[in-house]
Amino acid sequence: MSSYLSLKGINKSYGDFVALDDVNLEIKKGEFVTFLGPSGSGKTTTLMIIAGFEKATRGEVEIEGLSLAGLDPQDRNIGIVFQNYALFPHKSAVENVYFPLQMRKVKRKEGMRRAEEMLELVGLKGFSHRHPKELSGGQQQRVALARALVFGPDLLLLDEPLGALDKNLREQMQIEIKRIQKKLGVTTIFVTHDQTEAMSMSDRIVIFSQGSIQQADAPLEIYHRPKTQFVADFIGESNLLAGKVVDAASGILSSPVLGDCTYSGDHQPAVENGQDVTIVLRPENLTISRDPIEGRMNGRMKIETIVNYGDNALVIGLSGGVPIRVRVLGADVVILSEGDECCFSWDEDAIFLVAE
Amino acid sequence: MNRMISRLSEQQNLWPWLLLLPLSAYLLVFFAVPLADVVQMSVTEPTLGLQNYEKVLTGSLYRKVFLNTFMTAGIVTLCCLFVGYPLAYLMAHTSRRNAMLILLLITMSFWTSFLVRTYAWMVLLGNNGPVIWLIQAMGFEEKPHLLFTRFSSTLAMVHILAPYMIMNIYSVMQKIDKSLILSAESMGARGASLFRHIYLPLTAPGIANGSVLVFVICLGFYVTPVLLGSPREQMAAGLIGHQIEEFLAFGLGSAMAIVLLGVTLVILGIYHRRFGLDKLWG
Repeated sequence: MSSYLSLKGINKSYGDFVALDDVNLEIKKGEFVTFLGPSGSGKTTTLMIIAGFEKATRGEVEIEGLSLAGLDPQDRNIGIVFQNYALFPHKSAVENVYFPLQMRKVKRKEGMRRAEEMLELVGLKGFSHRHPKELSGGQQQRVALARALVFGPDLLLLDEPLGALDKNLREQMQIEIKRIQKKLGVTTIFVTHDQTEAMSMSDRIVIFSQGSIQQADAPLEIYHRPKTQFVADFIGESNLLAGKVVDAASGILSSPVLGDCTYSGDHQPAVENGQDVTIVLRPENLTISRDPIEGRMNGRMKIETIVNYGDNALVIGLSGGVPIRVRVLGADVVILSEGDECCFSWDEDAIFLVAE
Repeated sequence: MNRMISRLSEQQNLWPWLLLLPLSAYLLVFFAVPLADVVQMSVTEPTLGLQNYEKVLTGSLYRKVFLNTFMTAGIVTLCCLFVGYPLAYLMAHTSRRNAMLILLLITMSFWTSFLVRTYAWMVLLGNNGPVIWLIQAMGFEEKPHLLFTRFSSTLAMVHILAPYMIMNIYSVMQKIDKSLILSAESMGARGASLFRHIYLPLTAPGIANGSVLVFVICLGFYVTPVLLGSPREQMAAGLIGHQIEEFLAFGLGSAMAIVLLGVTLVILGIYHRRFGLDKLWG
C-alpha cells in the first residue's frame, strides 16, 4: 500500500497521564478515514498533533515521507473544520473563504473569485456576502468546509463537524461532505463519536480507545470482524458471551449460555483448542420463535423487556442469568409479551470469535 | 371572559413596575427636578431668552474650552487604549492566578476614591516629590514643571479611567473562542497578520465600549483637571464650576451644562444605534 500520511509511533503524555500510546497508521492518498472512539480516547489529540497544535512526546507525522516535525501549523498546508465551525464573525462568507488565500498572498481579485467558486461548489451560491450569524448551522458548516478546501490543502481534518446539527441536516451534510471530498480527491480525516456517521462515510474506520488504535479497517470489516472485545461492543449492538474453543479444526465451541455449538471458520481469528474466547452474536442475526427451529442452533430465554422502535423492536431476555438481546421486525413483535418463554436461534456463520 | 382574563393579566403585569417606584421617586426628586431647574435657569437667567446658549455656542472662550474638553477626552481615551490594551491582553493570556493578581491591583486602584488618587498625583508630581527627585538624581539640572499642566491632569485622568478601558477589553478578549485563533493559524496567519485580520477585529467591541465610557466620563470630569490641570487649559466642567462659584452666572453655567449633557447624549445615542447601550457594561 502506497502510503501518503504516516503516523509513526506517536506517543503523547501529559505528566503521568498517557493520552496516546504508540499510535501507528498509514493513510493512502485520497482516502476518507474516520477516527472513531468515545470522548477521551485520543482521536482529537491525534488530530491536533497532525495539525501541529500539539507536539507529540515521541513519534513522527509524515506526509509523502517528509516529516512535519518542526513545521508550524501555519506551514503545514492542512485544512481544518472545527466542531463549532470557527467562522470569523466579522467577515462575510466569501471573506472567510478568501482568508487562507489572503494569507498566501493571493491577489484580492483572483482570491475572491476562487472563494466564490468554492462557495458555489459547496452549494452556497448567492450567500457570499452574508455574515456567519446570518447563516443557518448547515450553511455555516458549508462555509467552514469551503474555507478549509479553497487553498488546495494536502490534508483535510474534520473535528466532529456535524455534532451541532439536527438529524436530517446531519444526514444531508454527510452526503455533501462525501460528494465534495470525492470530487476534489482530498485525503480526509474525520473525527466523530457517532458510529453511523463513521459507517456511512468512511473508506476506513480507525477505532480509538484509551489512547491507542484498536482496529483500522473498512466499515463492514470492522462490523463483521471486530478484532477486540472493545470494538465488538462499541460498533453496533452485540451479545458478548464467554466461551471456550473445543475443536478449532472443525469449529466447535462450548459456552455456558449457548451450550455446545458449531461456528463456520472462514472469517475467524486463529484460535487453539481450549482457548478462552469471547463469542460475538449480533442481535439482528438472532431469531425468536416459540419452538426450536430445525437446521439452526437454538437457545431458550425468558423475555424481560421489549423496546419498540416502530419499524423494529429490541427484545431483551435472560438465558441462564445472562441477558440476550434480539432485534426483531416491528410486525413480529406483536405476538411477544414480557414474561414469555421462547427460543432464540442463529446460524453458525452468525458467530464471530474474538480472541484476546 | 377572554377580555377579563387579558385585563387581569395586564393588571398583574403592572405589579413588577411597582418595584421601580422607590427608585423612580428618588430620581424624580433628586435628579429630574433639579435638571429641569437647570434647564429653566439656562433660559431665564438673567432674562428670558436663548442668549446664554448663543454665548456658549458662539463665544470664543467657550468654544476654546469645549474644544479643549473634547481634545483632552480624546487624548485620555487614546492613552487609556494604548495602556489598557496590552494589559488586558496580558490578563487574558497569562495564567489564571496572574490574571487575578493584576485584576486585584486594578480594582484596588479603581475602588480608591479618585479624590485620593488625584491628591496622590499632586504629591508624586509636586516640586519636592519623588518624580522630580528622580529626574534630578539622573543628572538633569533643570527642574521640569510637572504639576498644573496638561501633562499632569492627563496622566491622572488616564490613571483614573484606564480600569474602565481594561475591564471592557479584557471581558471581550476572555470570551474569544480559541478555535478562531487556531483556525486562523491553520490557514497560515501568524504574528502581525493574525493580529490585524483576526484578533484586533474580534476585540473591537471591547475597544468601542471602553472608549465610549472613558470619553463620556472624561467629558464631564471636574475634580482632577481643576486640581491638577493648567488653569489656562480649562475643561467644560471646570468652567461651569467657575461660572457659578466665582461669577454667580447661573444662566451661563446652566446653558454650558445642558450643552455638555446634549453632546454626551448624542455620543451615547450614536453608540446605541451601532452597538446597543446594554452592551456598554459588558
